[in-house]
Amino acid sequence: MTVQALAQAAALALLAVVLVYVHRVAVGPTVFDRILGVSGFATSTTVVLVLVGVLYGRVEMFVDIALAYALLGFVGALAAARYFERTGTRR
Amino acid sequence: MTLLVALLLAAGLFFHAVAALGVLRMPDFYTRLHAVSKAETLGVLLTLLAAALAVGPGLTAVKVLVVAAFLFLANPTATHAIARAALRVGVRPWRRESPEAS
Repeated sequence: MTVQALAQAAALALLAVVLVYVHRVAVGPTVFDRILGVSGFATSTTVVLVLVGVLYGRVEMFVDIALAYALLGFVGALAAARYFERTGTRR
Repeated sequence: MTLLVALLLAAGLFFHAVAALGVLRMPDFYTRLHAVSKAETLGVLLTLLAAALAVGPGLTAVKVLVVAAFLFLANPTATHAIARAALRVGVRPWRRESPEAS
């Protein structure tokens, strides 16, 4: 079994994990459940991006995309948390 | 080498699956946050270590490890910010006698 096949299997399994976070974003009772879902989604997708880079043999390109995606997810989760902390939750 | 990558990927995917299971099944917001924070941080670290091993030594592997180190710091920080915001807004923790209070 090659490294590429392993990366493909792991990326597909992680996409199933990402679906769980999408479900949490869709149904989450509070707005913080949705922020938590987006945060977990961003973290898992970062790993999926690196694994896709291993799969195609272009890690040197995909790792930069993954780093940018991780930064955006982190800043987005922090900003959303601070916003709802200040304004409270209105549904 | 391939065997080591496979082992690290399997361990990382196990922790990712535990995090997803916690998000799916835990009763309230704080317990779900707890599951995501710890299990997913470890899962990301293991899977990115496997990816760095698969790449081989060099600048790209160092970059993958930088991504892993960033997520290792950023994930608990974001989790703490979300939990603090929820606590200040007044999301009530789960109690056994009132399972509908979430």
